[in-house]
Amino acid sequence: MLSGWGGIAVPGREIRSEDLEAITRDAVLSRGLGRSYGDSSLPPPSRREVAGTVLADRILSFDPPTGMLRAEAGLSLRELNRLFLPRGFYEPVAPGTQLITLGGMVAADVHGKTHHRSGSFGAHVSKLKIRVADGRVLECSREVEPDLFRATLGGMGLTGHVLEVEFRLIRVPSPWVWVESERIHDLDRFIEALKEAGPRWPYTVGWIDCLSRGRGMGRGILSCGRWAEPHEAPPGPPTPRRRPSVPFVLPGWVVNRWSVRVFNAVLYRSHFLRRRRRVMHPETFFYPLDAIGHWNRLYGRRGFTQYQCVLPDAAGHGAARRFLELLTRRGGASMLCVIKDCGAEGPGLLSFPRPGISIALDVPIRDETQSLVDALNELVIAEGGRIYLAKDAFTRAEHFRAMEPRLPEWTRIRRRWDPQGRLRSAQSVRILGDQP
Amino acid sequence: MKVALLGATKGMGRALARLMAERGDRLALLGRDRVDMEKSARDLEVRGQAPIAVAECDLERPETFAPALDAAEAALGGLDAVVVTAGMFATQDRLEADPELARRLLLVDFTNTVSFCEEARRRLLAKGGGTLCVFSSVAGDRGRKPVVLYGAAKAGLTRYLEGLDHRFRGAGLRTVCVKPGFVRTSMTDGLPAPPFAGEPDAVAHRVLRAIDAGTPVVYAPAAWRWVMAVIRLLPRAVLRRVQF
Repeated sequence: MLSGWGGIAVPGREIRSEDLEAITRDAVLSRGLGRSYGDSSLPPPSRREVAGTVLADRILSFDPPTGMLRAEAGLSLRELNRLFLPRGFYEPVAPGTQLITLGGMVAADVHGKTHHRSGSFGAHVSKLKIRVADGRVLECSREVEPDLFRATLGGMGLTGHVLEVEFRLIRVPSPWVWVESERIHDLDRFIEALKEAGPRWPYTVGWIDCLSRGRGMGRGILSCGRWAEPHEAPPGPPTPRRRPSVPFVLPGWVVNRWSVRVFNAVLYRSHFLRRRRRVMHPETFFYPLDAIGHWNRLYGRRGFTQYQCVLPDAAGHGAARRFLELLTRRGGASMLCVIKDCGAEGPGLLSFPRPGISIALDVPIRDETQSLVDALNELVIAEGGRIYLAKDAFTRAEHFRAMEPRLPEWTRIRRRWDPQGRLRSAQSVRILGDQP
Repeated sequence: MKVALLGATKGMGRALARLMAERGDRLALLGRDRVDMEKSARDLEVRGQAPIAVAECDLERPETFAPALDAAEAALGGLDAVVVTAGMFATQDRLEADPELARRLLLVDFTNTVSFCEEARRRLLAKGGGTLCVFSSVAGDRGRKPVVLYGAAKAGLTRYLEGLDHRFRGAGLRTVCVKPGFVRTSMTDGLPAPPFAGEPDAVAHRVLRAIDAGTPVVYAPAAWRWVMAVIRLLPRAVLRRVQF
C-alpha cells in the first residue's frame, strides 16, 4: 500500500533506483518523500507502481559565486540544508517541512514564509531535465520549451518526470534566525499585521486558533524572521535537532473538538508576552512541522486531509472571516491553522499562490469530511480563490474547474506533450477526469 | 586517508563515500560506467570540496583491475585503503532459472572479487600496509534456501578475507569484512523487507568506524550480529524446515 502524508492509502508500491532515467521509462508518475497530503503522489487505480526518486539524490554542480545548484530530483531539502547552511547558502522559499525532494518542490511549486517577497520555488528554478510521456529526455527552461517549463512548475508531475533541477540558492549572513513574534487577539488585526510585516521582514507566517468564536475569532501568533547578522548569532553553527516521534498510530478519537480547543488555548496563552524577540535555531523557525516525527499518526487510522486555499485580496478581509465562520459552524476541528499572505503569481501555469491570504488547516477524516470540503470549496469559488493540490484529497472535478480559469491552457500544453494521457495520478483521475 | 572505492556510485558505497568525502578523505572512484562515476564524482566534490579521481574498473574484466588501481594510486599520490562494495545480486529463483547468470554471479562475487583484492593487497603491502574493506554478506554465514548460490560465493569471500587477515595483519594489512544484513537499497528494492532491515547511511557510519578501528568483521546494522549468531546455532534439521 502507498499513502500520502494524510494517511489515505491505495494499493501500490514504489520502484526505487539510483538510475531515475531507467525507472521512469515505464512509470506513469514519480513520487519523492510522499509529503503531499492527499493523492498527488499515488498511482491511478489501474496501475500499481510509481517511480520513487529518493535514491537519485546527487548534486551535479554548484557554483559558489552565483549560488547556482543542479541536482537530481530525489535530493531532499534537509540534505541540501545540512550541506549548505553551514557554508552560508539557503534554499529560496522556506516551506513548512524540509522532508521533501527537489522533484516534489517543482511538481507542487512549493511556497513558504517568504512568498510575499520571493515567490514560490518555480521563480528560482532556471532549468529542468524532464522525461516526457513519449519517453524522450529533454531540458527545458524559460527559453527552451518555455510552455513545458511553465506547465511543469506546479504541474503535479503530470507533464513529465522531473529528473534534474537547476536553481539558485540565496546567501545568508549566518545560519541563525532573528525572530520577533506577536500575540494578536482577532482576525482583522491579524491580517493587517501580516500585511504590515511584509515590507519589513523577509519571513512571515501566522498561526491562528480557528476554533475560538466571536470577538476572539482568528486570535493567534504572528512570527516574523530575518537572518541574524554574525554579531547577533551564537558562536557555533546550529546542530541538527533530535526530535521526538509519535511511535504508533493513535486511536482516531484523540484529535477531537475538545482536545484541539485545549491545545489551541494552551499554545495561544503560552505566548505570555505580547511581543517576544529572540535568536532561533533555523529548524525551529523554518520547519515547525518537522518538530515531531510521524505526527500524522496523531490522527488515527482514518488519517486526515489538509485544506489549503488562497482568498484573493480583492475579496477583502471579510473573506477570511467568512471562511472561518463557515469552518467553525461546521465544527471542523483543526490544530495549527496556518495563515500567510501571498505575493505575486509566479511562472507556474497551475501554481497555487496568488496575491491574497492563504489559510491551511488539518481536517481529521470523518464521515462528513467530503461535505465539509465541498462547502469550503463552494465558498472559495464564490470568493474567487483556489485550493492547493498538494494538500487535497477530496475536491470534486467540477469545483476544481470552477476555481481554475487557467486549467484549459495548462491542459492544452499537457495534451501536446502527452496526447494519450499516459502520465497521471490518483489525483488527476479524480480532479481532471483522466482515464483510471 | 587516501581511499580507492570500487562500486561507490550506488547504495551503501555511495553513502560511505559521502561520509569519507565530507570528513576530508581523498577519494578515487573505480567502476564500470564512466558517465555515472563522473556524476558521483561531482556530488562528492561539492560535499567534500576537494577533487575526486575516477578510473574504469569492471569486476567482469580482471584485466582492468591493475590499471585501475594504478590510476587511483597515481591520482591520490598513494593509497591507504581500498574499499570494495561492488558485487552482483540476483534472487535464488532467477539464478536457478538461468545457469549463465549463476555462473557470472559466482565468478564476479567470488573469483574476480578475490583477484581484485589480491591486486589491492599487493599494493597496500608494498608500502607497509593499509586497510582492505570488502563487503561480503550475512548470506555467507549459513547455507540457506533463499541464498544458495549467492550465499556460497559470499561464504567463500568471507573465508578468503579471514585468511588474509590472519596471514598479513602482522605485516600491516588490516582486513575489514563487512556483513550487511538486509539493507534498503536499489539492490534489494522489491524484496519483502524482514525485521531489522537497515538504511545505507546507518550502515556507512558503522563501516567507517570499523575501517578506522581495523575491526576484522562487522555486521551492519548491528542487530544482524545477534540475528546471525542465532541462525549460526540453528541445527540443520531446523534450518531445513524454515524458509529463510
